[in-house]
Amino acid sequence: MDITFILISVAKIIGLVFLTILPMVAYSVWAERRVSALIQDRVGPNRVGIPFTKIRLAGLGQPIADGIKFLLKEDFTPSHVRKGYYWLAPALTMVPALLTCAVLPFGSELFGIKMVIADLSVGPLFIFAIASLSVYGIVLAGWASNSKYPFLGGVRSSSQMISYEISLGLSIVPILMIFGQLNLSDIVMEQARNGWALLPLWGDRLSLKGFLLFIPIFISFVIFTTSMFAETNRLPFDLPECETELVAGYHTEYSSMKFALFFLGEYAAMIIGSGLAVTLFLGGWSLPFGWLVPEDGASVPFWMGALHILSFLGKVVAFILFFIWVRWSLPRFRYDQLMRLGWVFFFEIALFNILLTAGILLFVK
Amino acid sequence: MLQEYIPVLLQILIAGGFAAAALILSVIFGKSAARNPTKDSAYECGMLPVGPGQARFSVKFYLVAMLFVIFDIEVVFLYPWAVTFNELAAGAVEKGQNFFSESYAFFWGMTGFLGILFIAYLYALKKGALRWN
Repeated sequence: MDITFILISVAKIIGLVFLTILPMVAYSVWAERRVSALIQDRVGPNRVGIPFTKIRLAGLGQPIADGIKFLLKEDFTPSHVRKGYYWLAPALTMVPALLTCAVLPFGSELFGIKMVIADLSVGPLFIFAIASLSVYGIVLAGWASNSKYPFLGGVRSSSQMISYEISLGLSIVPILMIFGQLNLSDIVMEQARNGWALLPLWGDRLSLKGFLLFIPIFISFVIFTTSMFAETNRLPFDLPECETELVAGYHTEYSSMKFALFFLGEYAAMIIGSGLAVTLFLGGWSLPFGWLVPEDGASVPFWMGALHILSFLGKVVAFILFFIWVRWSLPRFRYDQLMRLGWVFFFEIALFNILLTAGILLFVK
Repeated sequence: MLQEYIPVLLQILIAGGFAAAALILSVIFGKSAARNPTKDSAYECGMLPVGPGQARFSVKFYLVAMLFVIFDIEVVFLYPWAVTFNELAAGAVEKGQNFFSESYAFFWGMTGFLGILFIAYLYALKKGALRWN
């Protein structure tokens, strides 16, 4: 426990949260608008570039302009709200979303330092424990607003989030059974050497057992990804804030930076959810086919470490584009359909999936 | 051992500080404008607000929360079993007894546990606890 350890940790936190995730949030909002425009044959925001010049940069200045606008707008607190909780709610949604990235291994090593903020031996448990805290922010926002639409949005959102948390939790049990550990760094390392969970084409996983295990892993992956959509309140499960019924759901009464914090929390949760999916199913920072896997104890050269970080970010970006693509392709579910999907189909399939995995692990050599 | 958690603590402080800073900066830099009764009323699509802000809501939401607590504990209970599954299986295979013998108790025990929970789940389902119409 010394001062360099703390400084390195702070540098990693700032590097990941402020220089990676927050800009990614800003630019995934931009990407969302541009891609949706592309899908709907529109142009999208393409005007804002470098100020005071004619350079447009395809609208890349838009997120920065939006940020400044959020900061300068009137910070209005209506008098009918419950003030303390009303102020607490946006922070409570955003802080857990930023906290969960602590255990994600976002690279192998850089200058001999492991590229993960906290190398805990309880990775997925930590993520689920912290991520479920963000329900509080949403419930509080809905309740503290003291207004009908936010209230309904908050209630819907909380029950949807806790319902899908069960299938989310169950869906990764087969993965834990196969890898036999909860440390995400080790899970990634094992996938780098022996084939990604979803791509068993090299190493130990290139065998009959590996191919058979691909079936439960794929089922897990489908359940995990779908539940992730529900957890982050994205279309096709965006009932908490469906604009045709509830205006904007739980953040109807919020404006200015408080609204921005909700937005930020939601997109950060989406990015970190993608990060977790990539880590568990798609080999995290590793490159496919066992290329450039660092040896045990050997130092990793700078270019290789940087390449691993880029590989992780590339996979996450691909996942986010998938999120956006789905959002603009599928219609919204009805509430009873949503609950039935989570509680009836996913719950049963996930339970069956655990037994299937156990069977394969026990009987196939 | 606990040293691994220090970065988590640091991150809590940094993320909390960021949220607080954002809220405070917005108050400092934000415009301030006059209040008026219309702006101050609860938003109901431009109509005047009718009735209390918190309507009564379906008891189903409460039921879902109760079921969540039960089944989420089950999920957490599965994790340690899942993590040690490979070791237990290897041990059982080494003993080389048949599948229904004592060395496979770790598998049958969990199957029984899941079976009991599944019966409870079917009961909740048949009772209509998860029906939303």
